[in-house]
Amino acid sequence: MKYAEILHRCFRCGYCKFTLDYENFNCPPYRKYRFDTFAPGGRMWLIRAWLNGEIENSERFQEILYSCATCGNCVEHCAFTFRENLVDIFIAAREEMVNGGRIPPPVRDYFKAISIHGNPYNLPAAQRSSWAADLPVQPYDGQEYLFYVGCVGSYDERGRKIAQAVSRNLIRAGVSFGILGEREPCDGNEVRVLGESGLFEYLAETNIALFRQLGVRKIITLDPHAFNAFRKEYPAFGGDFEVLHYSQVFSRLIESGNLKPGNFAARVTFHDACYLGRHGGEYEAPRNILRAIPGVELVEMRQNRANALCCGGGGGNFFTDILGGEGDSPSRIRVRQALETGAEILVVSCPQCAKMLEDAIKAEGLDGRLTVADAGELLDASLRGH
Amino acid sequence: MYQLKFDEKRCLACPDGACLVQCQYLKYEADPARKEMVKIFRGEDSPVLQDCVTCYACEEYCKRGNHPFYLINERRENKGILTAPRAITRQWIHIGEPKGKYELGRIGKIALSFGFMPQLKEITKGRLFDDVMPSYFFGQEFFCNVVYIHFANTKVFKERLPVVIENIHKLGVEEVVFLHDECYAAFTSLAPAYGMEVPFKSVHYFEYLYNRLTALKDLIRPLNVKVVYQRPCSNRLCGDSHLFVRKIMDRIGATLVQRTYQDETALCCGSIFRAMYGYDLMADVQGRNLEDMAQSGAEYCIFNCHGCMNALSPLVAARGMTPLHLIDLCRMAIGETPEGGR
Amino acid sequence: MESIVQALAGIVGKPYVSASAEERYFYGRDPGLMPAHAPDYVVLPRSVEEIQAIVRLAGREKIPLVPMGAGMSLSGLVIPQRGGIVLDMKRMDGILKVNEAARYAVVEGGTSTGKLHAHLNRYYPRLRFSTPDSPAAATVAANVMIHGQGRLTQQQGFNSDMVSGLEVVLPSGELCRIGSCALSDDWFSKGPPLPDLSGLFLGWFGATGILTKVGIKLYPRKKMRDVEIFITDSPDFVPGILYELTHTEMAEDINIFAQPLPLIFSGNHHIVIYFTGDSAEEMEFKKRTLFHALDGFIKSKDGGFMTVGEGMKKTLLDMPQRSATTFADVTKGGGFEYSGPIVPIDRYPQCSRKLDELAVKYDLKYHATARIIDKGHAMMFAFSFTFNRADADMLNRTRMALSEASEYALSIGGLFWKPTLDEQRIALEKMDPQTARLMKRIKEELDPQGIMNPGNWEGI
Repeated sequence: MKYAEILHRCFRCGYCKFTLDYENFNCPPYRKYRFDTFAPGGRMWLIRAWLNGEIENSERFQEILYSCATCGNCVEHCAFTFRENLVDIFIAAREEMVNGGRIPPPVRDYFKAISIHGNPYNLPAAQRSSWAADLPVQPYDGQEYLFYVGCVGSYDERGRKIAQAVSRNLIRAGVSFGILGEREPCDGNEVRVLGESGLFEYLAETNIALFRQLGVRKIITLDPHAFNAFRKEYPAFGGDFEVLHYSQVFSRLIESGNLKPGNFAARVTFHDACYLGRHGGEYEAPRNILRAIPGVELVEMRQNRANALCCGGGGGNFFTDILGGEGDSPSRIRVRQALETGAEILVVSCPQCAKMLEDAIKAEGLDGRLTVADAGELLDASLRGH
Repeated sequence: MYQLKFDEKRCLACPDGACLVQCQYLKYEADPARKEMVKIFRGEDSPVLQDCVTCYACEEYCKRGNHPFYLINERRENKGILTAPRAITRQWIHIGEPKGKYELGRIGKIALSFGFMPQLKEITKGRLFDDVMPSYFFGQEFFCNVVYIHFANTKVFKERLPVVIENIHKLGVEEVVFLHDECYAAFTSLAPAYGMEVPFKSVHYFEYLYNRLTALKDLIRPLNVKVVYQRPCSNRLCGDSHLFVRKIMDRIGATLVQRTYQDETALCCGSIFRAMYGYDLMADVQGRNLEDMAQSGAEYCIFNCHGCMNALSPLVAARGMTPLHLIDLCRMAIGETPEGGR
Repeated sequence: MESIVQALAGIVGKPYVSASAEERYFYGRDPGLMPAHAPDYVVLPRSVEEIQAIVRLAGREKIPLVPMGAGMSLSGLVIPQRGGIVLDMKRMDGILKVNEAARYAVVEGGTSTGKLHAHLNRYYPRLRFSTPDSPAAATVAANVMIHGQGRLTQQQGFNSDMVSGLEVVLPSGELCRIGSCALSDDWFSKGPPLPDLSGLFLGWFGATGILTKVGIKLYPRKKMRDVEIFITDSPDFVPGILYELTHTEMAEDINIFAQPLPLIFSGNHHIVIYFTGDSAEEMEFKKRTLFHALDGFIKSKDGGFMTVGEGMKKTLLDMPQRSATTFADVTKGGGFEYSGPIVPIDRYPQCSRKLDELAVKYDLKYHATARIIDKGHAMMFAFSFTFNRADADMLNRTRMALSEASEYALSIGGLFWKPTLDEQRIALEKMDPQTARLMKRIKEELDPQGIMNPGNWEGI
């Protein structure tokens, strides 16, 4: 296994599972399960035990590995110099498990759907652009930007609304962009973090070849997960593109005066997406959008930026739902944290977070007290009629 | 082994005993001053060997080409008279020990020497250095080891300095711009005083800065600020370079305000005193120095050495002045925004 | 087996019980060097009532029961020697009360020291507790249970001396309050002026009961905090230096460290002096007083104050001090353990020389660290070795070095701190037989079935 030589160096001291100030535990699976085995230290020790033949690949062990949201909180807070590799280690262990052929059924189903249909929803590629049916969005044909929508933005009802709002904003600002529609392959970020490195390699190479063939140089992604894959993983396969998350594009357009938000009176709080924030280092762009909308009052949660609690959708959990469920699932804790700020809108910058947190609001019975809006949607709402 | 070149006759014929008469820390009249220096040369006991606080200034006060402080240092070592607590000396010797962790830039014919001061890497940025950077070297392998003369120790630099000279020589540089006085003085004062040959040209960074500012004079917007300057101990070993401070300030439109403890009467930053003698000497010297700076009405306190800067920055700031390295001030004058100037 | 799991699930809920191999593996060991022994069940209770029910179940079924916090003692104190149930207390992590005027807090049995630290920082900026340098995950209850030490130990004694009340589930399942809280809802004293019963539990490692609530004293927190380091080249000067420093009553905390690497530290003993104040004047006054206290050593050149750079200052002022944990990975090996006996401060030179000798003998990377307790009545001296978890031979050498260090410490009048089972046995053997018998009677009286963290304090 890759990184096997690091495993024994974990002291299981537990700094990894906290926020920076130690006020709260911040490891999503640890928040749900509360066994130390579900914290990064537990995973490190158990992976080592597994490789040494001291424990088996059981359903429980699979649950321990696959409940990790790859949110990167441990990378931020671990006390040791190998912290940068923690998430890589957990992904490598999943790869090892995939290679061994015994993985949780929802993970297996996910891979199967991507292999056969090119998306996790088992839907035909032809439906990939139906979200844009009523919008003057053009197919990509040499425009300045490729707007890469991704599976969630293309098929998921919640994600499609965000894709539409982001598109409307891009059109308003006169950005030259096009979409791939039914030609769009899956970006593969979740395939990679779920441990299917062969399939990921195939998807990366397919995407890169297609982008090259079409002459794509600049990409705007809807989903921070795609943003992560394109930026951090594709260069290893020769994919060298300028990659932006839509929030960065809007932040720049606002700064340059090409996009002037209208009024929208609301008290809001902002939830950092792990793959934009901790993994992408971008904490400010979505906040810049919110600050630029007259009438929006931004109140931060105690746990924000590098200390933000993951919605629980990362690491493939959005699709496998291993982390979901009971009262202390990360998404439900997160909406309680949002409610504490007194905000009426919980703003996100990721379609996966949007869906996770919206479901959690329902489960917590907070309908009517808190709603979820994507930063792109809020911007769009402020510009209605403009 | 290397021997200090010291001419007793020059002391015997000295008209003023300036080395000790001008001393900021000991009180001597001309006659006894001369006598004590001769006694020291002859290896006799002298209260100077007990009381000298190693400020280095007598190296500058002596205008007759002798090396009073190097001599005091030699004799102290011979007699086993310690200046610093043993643990402090040991720690410093460990700090300077080469560990193979040096850093080299793209070395050209001219190179910047950061000695072993990591902070220097951070401030040598912008236009002022763009005709030499990234030609630089840094690390214990290039550390001049002069600091051990604070510790009544010649053995360390006698062993290490020739190796350092060789290390620099091996880089193939013709000219080295030293960013720290102590390094510059190692090759222009200490090495010659001990008969060590230096096969490259040594340039003090003041001179380099002055020439760069001249070349970039179209960029200069006079700063119109009042400044005081904290002169470090090691600048006493290369007193000629001190003249550039005023020239540089004139060039960038900064006014060096008149104060008591400047030029030849400058006071130590206190950091060595703290380690060697404890609280009282440090507090007395720092207190007088800061009071003097504050009364001068300066807005900035300009530093040349990061040792002084570490010791005095918080105290200077508490008195309402902005502590700043001289390089940063020059960068501000050509419209740049250095880290330290924010 | 299955019926016990079901019974436990009936008490705490199914998600919070495990008899799986994964939990049994992990909870069967700690980061130190003691041999592993797996529990049969791991349970995560959420309330006192749940704990009472679990204890009663364990009593009925004669199942061993081991309460644990973060499991950071390093000496295997929560390794379930005879299997049974490990009770991971960390779901009970509430901060129940802070009485600002009377300066105490009441926390649940699984509340982490990190959480209490953060809570006070946020809501009570003028109060603090004796934050230990163990990782932030260490719990307040476990820390006082092992007589831990912290930032205020130099001034106030062991962290267990700062307990202001306890709530305990006895091995019978009964709930018992200790101290002023037994009479009212005020948690200001753990005993005095009544008989101090806290001694029936503190230091017993759960062998006499489970702490479900802890009252902990809080102390004034000043606005400013700084650190200076006095260094000397011989361990022989250290006790004298400590005597002068503690005489000033100006230090917050005094630690000592000595280690051969990195080279800058080699050959010297570093006395780290923390001090606090509410104003620049107060800070300067304390600094001057502390410096002057050591003038004699400076004059004789036996020691001096080193320059502490910004980076080092930040590391030292960190609370809890993460660098205390990262020692584990100095050799990229992921482990360290120390024998940390409590000794009179005049034994520092012997301990220091013994450590040098052991490091050479067993070829180990070492680090001496010491913390002054209660103005110099004693000190904790840690014979600390870092090891590579993947190197079996090194693990063995470290075990031997630690065991020899402990024996040595005992021979020069030291007491084991958080002793391993072996060390507990040795201590009981060396102890006045009447004292050992009294301990035995207490244990038998409180836990007649011997189900509470069995193996600990059993001995003779």
